[in-house]
Amino acid sequence: MEVIHPRNLEEALAAVADGMTPLAGGTDLMVEVNYGQKRPERVVALRRLADIADFSPTRIGAGVRWRRIEKEGPRALAQAARTVGSPQIRNAGTIGGNVATASPAGDGLPFLAAVDASIELTSGSGSRLLRWDEYFVGVKQTARRSDELVTAIVLADDLPERQEFAKVGVRNAMVISTVCCVVTRREDGATTVALGSVAPTPMRARRAEEMISSERSPSEATLAEFARLVSEEVAPITDHRSTEEYRRHAAGVLARRLLERCLRREAA
Amino acid sequence: MKISLTINGREVSADVEPRTLLVHFLREDQGLTGTHIGCETSYCGACTVLVDGKTVKSCTMFAVQADGASITTVEGLADNGQLHPVQEGFWERHGLQCGYCTPGMIMSAVGLLQEKQSPSEDEIRHAIEGNLCRCTGYHNIVRAIEYAAAKMRGEEPPPPDWEEEEVSV
Repeated sequence: MEVIHPRNLEEALAAVADGMTPLAGGTDLMVEVNYGQKRPERVVALRRLADIADFSPTRIGAGVRWRRIEKEGPRALAQAARTVGSPQIRNAGTIGGNVATASPAGDGLPFLAAVDASIELTSGSGSRLLRWDEYFVGVKQTARRSDELVTAIVLADDLPERQEFAKVGVRNAMVISTVCCVVTRREDGATTVALGSVAPTPMRARRAEEMISSERSPSEATLAEFARLVSEEVAPITDHRSTEEYRRHAAGVLARRLLERCLRREAA
Repeated sequence: MKISLTINGREVSADVEPRTLLVHFLREDQGLTGTHIGCETSYCGACTVLVDGKTVKSCTMFAVQADGASITTVEGLADNGQLHPVQEGFWERHGLQCGYCTPGMIMSAVGLLQEKQSPSEDEIRHAIEGNLCRCTGYHNIVRAIEYAAAKMRGEEPPPPDWEEEEVSV
């Protein structure tokens, strides 16, 4: 096996174009290597590549680690960051790794869907921006070409004032989400609901969004209907982590709970 | 592949096979067997070390990725035979039974106390969430870290809870 440490983005891109396997925080790839599921011959280690570790309100470099996002990221993304693995994992794992792996359970991904973030992909011939729903195409499948690296997450400069994240799992730490969810709500009621672990890619519950966005102070019945719509719209499967039925139920409960948190903050 | 790094304050140069995990390099090449291997999948935290001051799980990092870095293992904590306050806390408050998780648990506690001088119980439990212990039920580990935090602030540690007055029935 060969491991190289590129000194700059140009060298990293040349390595990727040459077929080398990108390694960021290693929290996904290294586990597969240790299990013998993957045996990369040539690895390009991005851990100390400062070129992709920039951070601003509208742009988060792919190499930014969860540890930093947990402290400095937008509210719901910071909340999500706090639930990624454990301190040691958050000191290693990056948002770019989460996006590149594109696990249906990626904890950072519902936020990207909720705020219509774009993914910046860069190759030797330049960069392109793909909206999240163009980028994520299936279970661990993305529109990234093999000569491209995920270099940044690009956010709008007017993120919703209220945004909340929560996840359900079998324990509090070191757990892969059974369901994770972000709800955002603007002053005028415009609401987005994004979920993870309930479909091949992160998804939005559009019908629930549409219904609740026109409700300024939803009644108990409206909140129940909102939860029901979310449960209906998700497309979970039964696997080793949970059942379809439970995930549907939990998706509705989580989305309603987060909406109520947004509404309480609105009232406060 | 040649790497140079600092381990517990000592400059080290070595020629390592790129597939070598950092934890294997520390244990087998450097003889620092204080860092344990539990799961090799980053779940258990037994292999926690500090890399450039931050806790990481050394079973999910290649040794070559530590080129140029400064590593602290549990062996690097004591100062001339004087236990680090966290080590002393685990000793004084029975923060271990079998001891397998202890080096990793101690390194996570050191990582926490570098950032927070007076962590709450919640913050302590959050900080060790990536370290599994199958013996203690964590209670005495939390007390051990509280002991260390007090010591490091120059205060008298809280008394052990087995000395707390018994409630009369």
